[in-house]
Formats: sequence, structure tokens, C-alpha cells
Amino acid sequence: MLGEGLLKGLAETARNFAGSYVSKERLTTVQYPEERVAPIEAARVFPFLVYDGADWEAGLRCVACQICEKECPPKCIYIEKSKDKKPDYVGKPQIYPARFDIDVSVCMSCQICVEVCPFEAIKMDTEFELATQDRFGGLLHDRKQLAKSNEYFHAIHPTEAAEVDARLDEEKAKVEAKAKAAAEAAAAKAAAGAAPAAPPAAKPAEKPAGGGE
Amino acid sequence: MLEKADQIFVLLLHWLVSFLPSNWQHVASVVLCVATIVLLYPALFAIAVLLERKGLGRMQNRYGPNRAGPFGILQPVADGIKSLTKEDIVPFRADALVHFMAPLVLVVAVFMGFAVMPMGRNMVLVDLDASLLFFFAMGASTELSIFMAGWSSRNKYSLLGAMRAVAQMISYEVPLLLSSVVIVMMTGSLSLVKIVEAQNHYSWGLPHWYVFTPWGLAGFVMFVIASMAETNRSPFDLPEGESEIVAGYFTEYSGFKFALFFLGEYVGMFGIAGLGTTLFLGGWSAPFAFLGWVPSWIWFFAKVMAWICFFIWVRGTMPRLRQDQLMNFAWKFVLPMTLVNLMVAALWRFMGEGLLRWAVCSVIVVVAYAAMGRVEMRRGHLGPRSYRYAE
Repeated sequence: MLGEGLLKGLAETARNFAGSYVSKERLTTVQYPEERVAPIEAARVFPFLVYDGADWEAGLRCVACQICEKECPPKCIYIEKSKDKKPDYVGKPQIYPARFDIDVSVCMSCQICVEVCPFEAIKMDTEFELATQDRFGGLLHDRKQLAKSNEYFHAIHPTEAAEVDARLDEEKAKVEAKAKAAAEAAAAKAAAGAAPAAPPAAKPAEKPAGGGE
Repeated sequence: MLEKADQIFVLLLHWLVSFLPSNWQHVASVVLCVATIVLLYPALFAIAVLLERKGLGRMQNRYGPNRAGPFGILQPVADGIKSLTKEDIVPFRADALVHFMAPLVLVVAVFMGFAVMPMGRNMVLVDLDASLLFFFAMGASTELSIFMAGWSSRNKYSLLGAMRAVAQMISYEVPLLLSSVVIVMMTGSLSLVKIVEAQNHYSWGLPHWYVFTPWGLAGFVMFVIASMAETNRSPFDLPEGESEIVAGYFTEYSGFKFALFFLGEYVGMFGIAGLGTTLFLGGWSAPFAFLGWVPSWIWFFAKVMAWICFFIWVRGTMPRLRQDQLMNFAWKFVLPMTLVNLMVAALWRFMGEGLLRWAVCSVIVVVAYAAMGRVEMRRGHLGPRSYRYAE
């Protein structure tokens, strides 16, 4: 008969109305400032720069290659290259970002900077409370604000961080093995009595880490 | 003592005006009554908005607003302050005068309806002989304000909303009127005061409300449906369908004018709920004879608020109709039902007392409802929705 569905619908909403006062599990709302949901590993909010070790300035993985700056769709990244060089994680001297700014108000959290970075230097953060009183300066994060330790990366995205670490260790081992082989070859050559041994020994060590140049 | 509680507002009014010289007393009492109505209904509006937001939240298994004040009871205050402090924007190419007038016309029209509403024993501002007619005339003029708003904004969405509103309100005005005509047939009066008095007597402790008769029940159901459409309430909220046309006729309104539209809509709801209460639910009369000692105005406002709660319940349940479903429902189902109901009421009137008229009238109403529903559902005009998408 006409109207049956309407009555069924009214009964359903009435059940919800009464039920929400009786059973707490019906109410799925998390009352945010007081309560919080447990951290979600898959959350991706805003990029940050990973550093190794204790000193953020020395440990930054970023080599200021500017790929992310060029790939960023809304162009929210600003990088200035340094004049001098500092050693990277394999000990090779690299330039580093003298300035690395990201504008929160422009960033659209697309994660493209993370995908294009060949150095695993920029990753996505789960921190979402980025509101500030100062809408110009406060929303422009500089490299000090962006730098976060590898331990922090492990804490927020354990699976991804473990993968990244494995990859970096592998690369480092490869570099070290090559350097070792080259050094042995050079030592053998030197033992054989050949005089110009030093320049070719440095060359193979350069190759695997030289992707950013 | 109880007699005094029932008449407390009337006595208060007499006491207040007695301080004035006699030739001022009449004017003063009218002004006082109008001021009370104009202050009372916005207060009820605040309560209704809070009820609506909390109730809808609970129906969707949410908490609803619970931040402003304990349990969120100050939410209407916060809303009010917010809308008052917002910028009032008039579109550059809008007709500024009409744009300004539209919310005022709406609010004035909806408040005028309360002039003839008996809100308790002896509590009516103007006891017109044709008060029902006056109420409908005032209710119909809200259409004007809605069209003014839609037209003057010079916005496609506003105009679409206004056109929808006018089409809908005119379509549902007919069943609204026809479903109340049965009451006039029975009472023999257009005066709302007389209509309430006709229902205010009891047999075996039960009231003679018109809703407890076959034609009254049918008329009541049709009246509820038509009143929801008339006040643009969900599921008939096509004029302001926010998923289709932004906000309909008040798209271009902001700040206090928007608040006035909101107020007008809710006060219109109180008006139609008060009228429905008066016509079918015995107005200010008590639901049982032994509860007759409770002040009459409490019954009236309790019934109105119950009606509002039902509107909220329906809003939390039903999805919005499509335009063709709306029109089919009005012209092919509700209107024929009200016409059948007129016939049933006439039959009831001339069959005389007895159980026979109960049986005959009930059967006619039920059979008409079932048959018409069946035919319309088979034709696909009513019933579960089916959608065909463009390939």
C-alpha cells in the first residue's frame, strides 16, 4: 500500500534517534580537541625534510637538486643552493639547500615532490594542525621547521621508513664495496709498481652517488 | 487559582493597561499583544532550530551542536550573533529596493497569520468572523515575497528557486484549502475561535477533535502533507534544494536578511502548525477531560511543538522529491483525495448520528486511499523511485 515505505523510514530514524541516547557505539563522532583518533599510518598531509643523525643541519639528505621545486604543481617550494659542499650519507661532498621554504597555504598535499625525489630526502608528514595566527610568515615553513629526524619518520610511517632505510643501506653497501674494490685494485696496481694509481681510484666511487649532479 | 493560571496572560494584560487613561487602553492592549507575539515566536524559533539541529543529529547518530554553552543550548545565540555580524551583500545588478523588501514582506506576512490564532482560552488578538480566510490570505502572500526575492536577486539559481517555490506553493495551496474546508463544513463557521469551541467537549473523557473522525483523519493527513509543502520543508524543499540550486531564492541574501528569511520560514511553520492544531487537534483544548485543569495555552504550544518535532522527524527521514514527483503527488493524489474527503464529510453531515456513518465513511476513505495509491503506483507516478541515466 502507498506510504508503507515512508512509515518504515520514519521507524528507522526513530530507532536511530532513541538508540543514540541508549547505546554509545552508535555515535561514531570523535570529539576532536578533547579526544583524538589513533594515528593513521597511511595519512599524508604536508611534506617534511628527513635528516639523519642528531644535527639537523648536517644530516639533511636534501642535495638541493631542485627536482621537487620544478615538479611541484602549485609551485609552493622555494630552494636556494649553497655555495659550499658538505658530505652526504656516503661521505661524498654535495651541495645542500641554503634555503628550503614550503608555503603551507599553497601546498595541495599531492605528494609529487616525494615521488620525484631521488634522495629519499622529502617525505609526507601526518601533522595536520598547521593553523597559525600569522597568515604570511607563519604559513611559510623554512628548512628548520621542515627538518625532521629519521626516527620521527620511523615513528609516523614505520613501513615506508623501513623500506627507505633498506634501500639506502643497500646503496651505501654497494658504494662501499665498489670503493673497496677500487682501493684494492689501486693497491694491487701500486704494488705492481705502476705510478699513476690515485686518479682512477676516485672515479668509480663517484658514479653511484652522482645521480643528482 | 487554576482559573487564574489559565487566564494569566489575559489578566496580566488587563492589569497592565489599567494604569493608562481609558481612551488609550484599547491601543495599548493591541500594541502589547502584538509585541508579545513578535517576541514570542522568534524565541520559539530559537528553540525549534536547536531542537532541529540536535534531533537531526541524533537521527543520523551524531551529537549535534554541543559546544556553545552546556549541551549546546546557546547555539541559537551564537548563530544569531554570527548572522548579525556578517556583511550584508546586495548584488551589483540586483533590484535593490525589491531585494530589500522581500524578507520584510515575508516576515510581516507570516506574523500577520498569528493575529487570528486562538492561542488559549480568550487568547486571540482579533476574533474575526472569517479568520480562516484571513490566515490563508496571509499565507498566500508569502509566495509574493519569495518571488520578489528570487526575481530581484538577478541570479539564475534564485530565479529557478523562486519559480519552483511559486509552482509548488500554488499547487499545494489547493489541497491545503480543500482539506480545511471539511472543517468549515462541519463547524459552519470560518472563525478559528468557534472551530476550537466546537471541538472542546468530551464524551467518556475523550475529546471531540476532528482528527478522530474518518474525514477528519483523512483531512489531517492531507493537511500535514500540504503544510509541509507550503512551508518548503523537506521532503518538499525543492525551492531551496541546496544540492541543485545553491540555496534557491535566498542564494543572494546574507547577514541579517538571510536570518530574516530563516526566521520567516520557521515562523511560517509555527503558523501552519498552529492552524493545523486549531483545525484538527482541538486547538487549546486538553486531550483528556481529566486534564482540563492544565492551562489552555500550555496545550496549544505543546501541540505546536509536537507538530514541529514531527516536521523535524520527517526532514530527518525523507529525501527530496523531484519536480515531476512533486506535481504528480499534488495534482494526482492529494487533490483527488481531498475532493473525495469533501464528499465523505458531506455524507457524514447528512447521515445523522450512529455507527453506520462511521463504517460507511471509514470504508470510503480507506478504499479511495488504497485504490488511488495502487493506480498511481502502477502508473509509476508514486511509489519507489527509479532512475534512468543518460547512456
